[in-house]
Amino acid sequence: MEMLNIKINGKDYSVEKNTTILEACHQFGIKVPTLCYLKDINEIGACRMCLCEVKGARGLVAACVYPIEREGTEIFTNTPQIRKYRKMNLEHLLSNHDKKCLSCPRNDNCELQKLCLEYGVDEEKFQGEETKYKEDKSTLHLVRNNNKCILCRRCVAACKNQYVSVIGANNRGFDTAISCAFDQDLDQVSCVSCGQCTVVCPTGALVERDDTAKVFEAIADPTKHVVVHTAPSIRATLGECFGMPIGSNVTGKMATALHMLGFDKVFDTNFGADLTIMEEGTEFIHRVKEGGTLPMITSCSPGWIKFCEHYYPDLIPHLSTCKSPQQMQGAMIKSYYAEKAGIDPKDIVVVSVMPCVAKKFEIKRDNQGRDGMQDNDISISTRELAKMIKTAGIQFTELEDGEFDPIMAIGSGAGTIFGASGGVMEAALRTVADILTGEDLAEFEYKEVRGMDDVKEATYNVAGIDVNVAVTSGLKNAAKLLDEIRAGKSKYHFIEVMCCPGGCINGGGQPIQPGHVRNFVDLREKRAEALYDDDRHLPFRKSHDNPEIKAIYDEYLGEPGSHKAHELLHTSYVKRKKY
Amino acid sequence: MMGSGGLIVMDETTCMVDIAKFFLEFTVDESCGKCTPCRIGTKRLLEMLDKITKGQGTLEMIDEMEELCYFIKANSLCGLGQTAPNPVLSTLRYFRDEYIAHVVDHKCPAGVCKDLLEFHIDKDKCIGCGMCARKCPVSTIHPSDYIAPGKKKPAYQIDTSKCVKCGACIDNCKFGAVSKG
Amino acid sequence: MYRSNVLVCGGTGCTSSDSLKIVDKLNEELKAKGLDKEVNVITTGCFGLCALGPIMVVYPEGSFYSMVKVEDIPEIVEEHLLKGRIVTRLLYQETVENDTVKSLNKTAFYAKQKRVALRNCGVVDPEKIDDYIAQDGYAALGKVLTEMTPEDVIQTMLDSGLRGRGGAGFPTGLKWKFAAGNQADQKYVCCNADEGDPGAFMDRSVLEGDPHVLIEAMAIAAYAIGADKGRVYVRAEYPIAVKRLQIAIDQAREYGLLGEDIFGTGFNFDLELRLGAGAFVCGEETALMTSIEGKRGEPRPRPPFPAVKGLYQKPTILNNVETYANIPQIILKGADWFASMGTEKSKGTKVFALGGKIEHTGLVEVPMGTTLREIVEEIGGGIPNGKKFKASIFLSTTITSSKSAQ
Repeated sequence: MEMLNIKINGKDYSVEKNTTILEACHQFGIKVPTLCYLKDINEIGACRMCLCEVKGARGLVAACVYPIEREGTEIFTNTPQIRKYRKMNLEHLLSNHDKKCLSCPRNDNCELQKLCLEYGVDEEKFQGEETKYKEDKSTLHLVRNNNKCILCRRCVAACKNQYVSVIGANNRGFDTAISCAFDQDLDQVSCVSCGQCTVVCPTGALVERDDTAKVFEAIADPTKHVVVHTAPSIRATLGECFGMPIGSNVTGKMATALHMLGFDKVFDTNFGADLTIMEEGTEFIHRVKEGGTLPMITSCSPGWIKFCEHYYPDLIPHLSTCKSPQQMQGAMIKSYYAEKAGIDPKDIVVVSVMPCVAKKFEIKRDNQGRDGMQDNDISISTRELAKMIKTAGIQFTELEDGEFDPIMAIGSGAGTIFGASGGVMEAALRTVADILTGEDLAEFEYKEVRGMDDVKEATYNVAGIDVNVAVTSGLKNAAKLLDEIRAGKSKYHFIEVMCCPGGCINGGGQPIQPGHVRNFVDLREKRAEALYDDDRHLPFRKSHDNPEIKAIYDEYLGEPGSHKAHELLHTSYVKRKKY
Repeated sequence: MMGSGGLIVMDETTCMVDIAKFFLEFTVDESCGKCTPCRIGTKRLLEMLDKITKGQGTLEMIDEMEELCYFIKANSLCGLGQTAPNPVLSTLRYFRDEYIAHVVDHKCPAGVCKDLLEFHIDKDKCIGCGMCARKCPVSTIHPSDYIAPGKKKPAYQIDTSKCVKCGACIDNCKFGAVSKG
Repeated sequence: MYRSNVLVCGGTGCTSSDSLKIVDKLNEELKAKGLDKEVNVITTGCFGLCALGPIMVVYPEGSFYSMVKVEDIPEIVEEHLLKGRIVTRLLYQETVENDTVKSLNKTAFYAKQKRVALRNCGVVDPEKIDDYIAQDGYAALGKVLTEMTPEDVIQTMLDSGLRGRGGAGFPTGLKWKFAAGNQADQKYVCCNADEGDPGAFMDRSVLEGDPHVLIEAMAIAAYAIGADKGRVYVRAEYPIAVKRLQIAIDQAREYGLLGEDIFGTGFNFDLELRLGAGAFVCGEETALMTSIEGKRGEPRPRPPFPAVKGLYQKPTILNNVETYANIPQIILKGADWFASMGTEKSKGTKVFALGGKIEHTGLVEVPMGTTLREIVEEIGGGIPNGKKFKASIFLSTTITSSKSAQ
């Protein structure tokens, strides 16, 4: 590793050769403002916010992409001219921005707003024509408002990184706009609803569809019995919305807050995750023993399912028929719980809190629910829950720890790790291995499938059978494994696919961290660690050990994979068009 | 500076503010829209130029425009944006007086910027032939009640409120009686 | 052998004033008079004096007919080509002095010009490779491949002082040297033929009038940097250029001047056209390469420079049409010959497209250092209608006042 001696703003530093100016500055405690830059996926130097001066270079250089190659490089990040230009740059952006900050969903969490504050901009400095676009509210999961778009293209990069690329730049110059081909609405194209665009958008141009009003309304309705359940990863991320460190586990505070919000029951979707393992593990064993379609691929992630339906419809037989934990939990609330509590399921409103905006799409899918009822009525994201808590005046960080409510209060460690890429595979292996060996195995941590690598693979000998597994997240990576299957070259028996890179902890509904955090901190690792830590401290760590899971099979479902289980917990998929 | 080799020659009938505007229109149209200074900056620059050609400019605007030019040059991603303000900067350098004439006197010295033009008929030169009135596309030229000494017919006059400044009257007057300014 | 050769300009300017109908009429009349075996009609590239098009030159006399109309053809055929009497009335009047015809090179428009890049424009039939070869075409490539190392070629370019003619003026040899120095499994040679500045048509004229020079120069460049693939990015709004380039490429392939084992030296090079869809920004080098890659034509940040990561992230050189048009001549006549033209810092000649308020709208090539006043007032014939020269615009777009034009 070659080190170079450089100067930044007149101070001496030593930096590894080819480090970008942006990274170098970050190392030495200098924040260079960025709007378009996203490490690895959007290194395009377009917004011009990060321009710095390099002595001897022709003109200003974009710090985000300029590699430091020479000994003695002298960099200036904070000259009067640079400050002036950055301010003018922001003033330009504001001159074609709708500036309705107070009513913007990203108010107080907007990167443009923050930079304007830091640089003291005059929002009236440049006035002139403004482009006007109609909002795209065509989909269930998000709203696109191009009047707030600053054309940083982070969404385009995120979409491309998902191998979906349904949004891109249309037109040119002042009329450039991010939209779908031929300006179609988003529901007309093969968007998979992952919402990765919403977590990278620096402004309010891309936001989740806000369903909180419906939840408040249901809670206020005395005729409704409102049940909420929260996905595994929410406990690892919700705290960020209240300024807590990335990777804080807030399970107890969250349960308290949900009770305070007035939900009649507060359940843990980890229960649904455990149930998924019972069904999916059984399905896998069945496919292996009966010669079913292999590799079998997990079906927990609705963005992934939609991707498969649009782009690899020929591989639908590989998908597990299991509903996702959200849908299993909802189905059980409206059947098993309703029966036990003696409530007409039609009076129950099931609200799911998910790390995901595709879940808003999933609850309305065909072949889910029954008797004209959806399994879940409303799905809200982590961000929406945080907003509800704030609206209700609940001082989240000061709350005492509370508990989930029976009869879906318990989740195993296997359920909790569903939130991180590799978690579903590990949870399944914990159960499958015990079932096939008939033992309660003491070694059940499958660490090879953990972590943030693009594709993780391992071979485990389970009761004499070599099981080849692969785990991937992010659709770009998934596509590699799918192409192998298509080509008949896949060696795997079981594959876990999560739509969002890193799994649900980095889902499209998770708290938004600004670029200058995302670019230097691996959010996924820190959030995932909170879940693995949770797993290590839970009394039950295998899904089939969960006493509430045992109870539901004993009292209601019978065996995993039973007729009743199939009716309630399994689903089917449809081919969708790519164009 | 050497350009790619297109060489456009202009004479005294070319307005330098107008020509700068023409080139800005081209770059605004051709900007790809990727980087902020070129996408929005050139548009704002064009809007300022447009105001100047309409007599709505101020001396401060000329200074702001110059500052904006340097911003666009220094901050744009590629050569298109980096050179887009050159027509403005070079006309400001060599023909600043023309800009000043537009904003201070509200006049276009080359007689190009229509909003700053008014067409007049010199009633002493007009022989009352009526050719201008016949060629006027908006019929805004009519005989006055003045007959110049030695002429037989009344001189014509232009109702400037309806004039579209097309110049047909000037082009068709054989007696040099119509002028603009 | 033909008794007379009639050259009719087939450049875009003359074509748009119906020069191709003149060709048809000529052929028809010649046939009717039984002269079609004696008189050869050649459609050439641009002569430069576009304001006076359509242009037609009859050799061996060198009679320069301007603003020729289809109706004039029977008279020209009857009088000049059949009876040998030049129709002075229809000649470019600058060439007529006291009823005698003087050489074109003595006219104001041509006298101060020096044609290097344009040397074959208006001379060869751009659709015939043999015409080009007859003018020493592909001799430079032959020399390079058989007598010179890639380092020699680059050194010659450096010594010549040739700078890029696209506007930025970067030394061509240096660009090649950088690209040659980067090792890679694949390198590319590209040509920027996306001329889009308002009023510019220098590259168009070379493409239309002498397409083979581009192919030869690109092959030389490929040899110098170690590339075997080339791309010409030409704007689709230049349909004649596109057509003639494609014909030229096909002919060069047929003659073994493109493809594998060129001149039996083991050197491989082939090139393909890519059509631009009309975005001006695609003339910017990184946007051009992005566009060739099939993406939206937008520039990307530099570094990395194209010599390191260009087309498809491989080392690439991109030169402009006019730059390439100089190269075979530099190889054949030597760096010193080229460096002897021009000024201390700018060597060689430069082509200008004259437009606007000027008598001789058209294309001129002059040694570097020629003053603007010489170009405008002498070559260009001054400003029409007795108006005053006020300013000129050099694209891309510095406006110069008449005062600073000396």
